[in-house]
Amino acid sequence: MRRTPQIAFLADGRRLHLQDGPIDLVVEASGKGADVRSAYDAAARRFTGLLDGLCAELAELRKAADPLHCCLNGVVARRMHAAVAPFAADCFITPMAAVAGSVAEEIMVAMQGAAQLRRAYVNNGGDIALHLEGSERFRVGLMDRPDRQGVMRTMTIDADDPSRGIATSGRHGRSFSLGIADAVTVLAGTASQADAAATIIANAVDLPGHPAVIRCPANSLQPDSDLGPRLVTRDVGGLTRDEISMALATGEAVARKLLAAGLIDGAALCLFGETVFVGMRRLQARHERLLELA
Amino acid sequence: MTGHSLGAIIRIRMIAPIFAPTCEPDMAIDATNAAIGDKIRCDACPVMCYIRPGAAGACDRYANQDGQLVRVDPHIVLERTVSHGGRLVPFQATGDWDGKIVHQPDIFVTAIGAGTTYPDYKPAPFIVSSEVDGVDMVTVVTEGIFSYCGVKVKIDTDRYLGPEAATVRAQGEAVGHVTTSEYGSQMLSLGGVHHLTGGSKKEGRVTCDTLMDLSNCKPVELVIDGGATVVVQAGHPPIVNGATEERMRVGCGSATIGMFAKQWHGKVDEVVVVDDHITGVLSEHQAGKLLDIADTGIKMKGRRSTPGRYFQVAKPGTGWGGTNISDPLSILGPFDVREARPGLTMLMVSTTGEHAGYYVLDDALRPIEKEMPPDLKLSVERIQENCEPALCTVLFMAGAGGSLRAGVTDNPVRLTRSVKDALTRVTSGGAPVYVWPGGGITFMVDVTQMPAGAFGYVPTPALVAPIEFTLKLADYAALGGHMDHVRPLSTLRENAEIRSAPATPGRRG
Repeated sequence: MRRTPQIAFLADGRRLHLQDGPIDLVVEASGKGADVRSAYDAAARRFTGLLDGLCAELAELRKAADPLHCCLNGVVARRMHAAVAPFAADCFITPMAAVAGSVAEEIMVAMQGAAQLRRAYVNNGGDIALHLEGSERFRVGLMDRPDRQGVMRTMTIDADDPSRGIATSGRHGRSFSLGIADAVTVLAGTASQADAAATIIANAVDLPGHPAVIRCPANSLQPDSDLGPRLVTRDVGGLTRDEISMALATGEAVARKLLAAGLIDGAALCLFGETVFVGMRRLQARHERLLELA
Repeated sequence: MTGHSLGAIIRIRMIAPIFAPTCEPDMAIDATNAAIGDKIRCDACPVMCYIRPGAAGACDRYANQDGQLVRVDPHIVLERTVSHGGRLVPFQATGDWDGKIVHQPDIFVTAIGAGTTYPDYKPAPFIVSSEVDGVDMVTVVTEGIFSYCGVKVKIDTDRYLGPEAATVRAQGEAVGHVTTSEYGSQMLSLGGVHHLTGGSKKEGRVTCDTLMDLSNCKPVELVIDGGATVVVQAGHPPIVNGATEERMRVGCGSATIGMFAKQWHGKVDEVVVVDDHITGVLSEHQAGKLLDIADTGIKMKGRRSTPGRYFQVAKPGTGWGGTNISDPLSILGPFDVREARPGLTMLMVSTTGEHAGYYVLDDALRPIEKEMPPDLKLSVERIQENCEPALCTVLFMAGAGGSLRAGVTDNPVRLTRSVKDALTRVTSGGAPVYVWPGGGITFMVDVTQMPAGAFGYVPTPALVAPIEFTLKLADYAALGGHMDHVRPLSTLRENAEIRSAPATPGRRG
């Protein structure tokens, strides 16, 4: 018999909360009542046992991904691999870099298969899979510092946009970053692609060898980290304006490459209050500081 | 997921240490970092994180605090403020419990928010020992997920709610049926695995919602096929077709005649107590005969059972005495001219005293309604006074499956036997339960005795209800309990969220 994850509605009675081990999803779907219910049922069903499936291949998922060959079996595991494969030839990356987005995407796929929905999201701790139809749209709040309150600005994604995935990576999140970005938010075709790309771009926002950047081996913090002894960022001291710009420029260059390759639809890179946008015309258009929560 | 109890969910947050064996010191030498000596391995989920002191696992829910695995989710400990010897007398009144359990521990650990990992192969999340009157007690608390569950609803009313076995609906979906009525009450049996998982998805969802709302003491509107619409809320009067029921009848019509015959004697010539079950007629009734009350020439409709007792004087309904009538004279035929006389007086009253009328025969021997004399009004009020307040009672009923029991002991059947032998006391959210004799641990509990919000659900659909097993530590060991997981109550209390017990809710009378 399978373990039973926590499946419950949040206090508002609208949003479904799914939690199992480290996976923590907030799901909301809109459409006809029966469809929403079917979608939630499908989400709950798919979620049950999902973590077990992943853990069965955990050792393999924690290894550096092969850019061409995938020996994983599970559909989520294979999606994780597919998301990181485009980067695997050039740098160290494991499928774990896309785990959150891939899980969100899987639950979204299950819901889409079960019901006709107008609009839906599966938010896995900031890595979000979206569903949009017709004239529906999402307003997404961007935060430069996940450890602080307040939305830096908002952007709108409507059904005509190609993006169905949003992910944020940075040194304040739950996973480790090799770079120093406070947050890199990426829009991409799918949540798994966005997740992998955000990791890559956030790692690229960096000042290698800078004395103000404190790093330590990942496995000294988390013994079984997929990053092993690689140095991850623990703290960043004072940086000059030029240093901030320089670090952002390195990240921006990577983001532009990914945009040109069609791997992302846009990115916002934040470091010490400075933000650089790549391919986000819709968002760049309004520069006023929005504090409303979408 | 099938109909067995399946584990549980975590619903409330706080910090409470979990039992030691889930955090085994890491014995293996880690190839990448041999210096780690005091990291622990969490097995709360299959990720099996190694966690360093002061750090949390990948989930941020379990952390290593000074070498001890702690959970960052809360657990409710219900602090009972009721005085000793209160309402929590167990059903098992024999054996070692006698005289001990009545003295409740000041703290009762409920399963609400206990959550669990996976009772199919792991011990229940909290196995707590506490000292009660010198007896080392163990309470195993868990939240069970019950597909095999339902509620039995007792509705104090004589009004006709619907034919026996008729389907009971909520939001148009079948959620149960009308079952055999009890004294002064109509009974419904709702939920069960057939409606929860055997029908359409919507039926299952609506059934689950209905059961959860009823169990959490919320009002639910139920529509009975071929019958009434009734709003049921545990501990509150039923609302039948929009009218709030006030009283439960004092007795059937015949019994009412028997009880009040002496009080009517000499004040009125005839009394008819209208009742859907047995309508009583004073002059013909044995009680009237004993008082030498003269015949009145009254002719009742319906089927005479024994003298002065009539079945089926009308159809069942929500009018007088649970019949469908609003004019009581409609159950009478013409008075017999040989015995009746002009000026003869008659009281007609329902079994609850809610309806009453006073009549005098005119020259044509037709009953004409008149102002009721004060002493007869008093007798009607006396009937009312003797009727208890009408209430809805909701008993949650469920069976603890093998897997839930396995969370308590290695040998599930021993737990069943222990319960049957009254060595183990079963409670639900701290409330006493009735455990059915026979196989398994099938129990019933009055939902008004449980703390607010004790019930939850999973979209299976199935209900999540707390269940606790309390027994002597020695007995727990004897039945193959997870002894290595037992922890003293004090360790829980230090960290748990202590809540005061709700002020004696529930049952009246």
